[in-house]
Amino acid sequence: MAMEKQVEDLLFSAIDEINEQLPDGHKVQKTMDTPLFGENSVLDSLGLVNLIVNVEQKVQTGLNLVITIADEKAMSQRNSPFRTIGSLAQYIVTLVQESTA
Amino acid sequence: MDDRQIMLITGTRKGIGKYLVEYYVQKGYFVYGCSRSPVDFEYDTYRHYCLDVADEQKVKQLFADIGKTHQQLDVLINNAGIASMNHLLTTPMKTVTSILSTNLVGTFLFCREAAKLMLKRRNGRIVNFSTVATPLKLHGEAVYACSKAAIVNLTEILAVELGQFGITINAVGPTPTKTDLIRSVPQSKMDDLLHRQAIRRFGEFSDISNVIDFFIKPESDFVTGQVVYLGGV
Repeated sequence: MAMEKQVEDLLFSAIDEINEQLPDGHKVQKTMDTPLFGENSVLDSLGLVNLIVNVEQKVQTGLNLVITIADEKAMSQRNSPFRTIGSLAQYIVTLVQESTA
Repeated sequence: MDDRQIMLITGTRKGIGKYLVEYYVQKGYFVYGCSRSPVDFEYDTYRHYCLDVADEQKVKQLFADIGKTHQQLDVLINNAGIASMNHLLTTPMKTVTSILSTNLVGTFLFCREAAKLMLKRRNGRIVNFSTVATPLKLHGEAVYACSKAAIVNLTEILAVELGQFGITINAVGPTPTKTDLIRSVPQSKMDDLLHRQAIRRFGEFSDISNVIDFFIKPESDFVTGQVVYLGGV
């Protein structure tokens, strides 16, 4: 559970940085249900790329782990881990668990 | 930490890569380099990593170290490359995969990871290596020339993908220089090749660093997706 909270904190901190570049009214809401792509997302495709890169670096410095979020598994899943903040957080937790196993 | 610019060069054990390390260390850069084996030189402002450029995990660790230590990467020079002269009919598959892996996959991986580090500061320069063997359609170098043709296309496409992040990416296409890469090529072949250049001489290492200097200088922030072939090819 502690690690899940750590990942959530890192993800939210990455979102804070992304939000600094977004205009008011178009900021990413920090809730687990917030969509990250599609018509209901405030992020465009580049915004999502930016967020993924940012989170990877946060995990690198925060947990001292080198992970690749956009890996083959993520790209081939029927339900993309990039749907919502919650699904992304869950996917990162899985990656962290795999690399520390 | 001082305010030196941070540069990463691949394939630094010998030849052009080794020369570029010395050249840019002397110019005041803090240089990271890599090759499969250790190097026989050292500088206070040079760090070496032993790795295969297509090994994703090791390459990511190298970038993680640079990010942790300097929080930035200013220049990436994708110099690592291998060649193997052979006719199609006698080229082993192992040679094909090994050339594509080092030349293309390695360049791709380093571009991807470098862009991640450069993204934050909205600034970065990437220089890839092509070759005159590509526009000259050099027979006997099919796999090598194809891998470098792919790098030309990669450079052009990444220029579009990275342009909005303030990252430029260009390529230099050297003529033959006197390195190990051409050691096994017969003299008559080399002479034929030189005759297809507008300026018929071997390239010098300084011809290459001259083009790189142009690509990476601050004033070149409007130059991207370009390939400069040396020797008038």
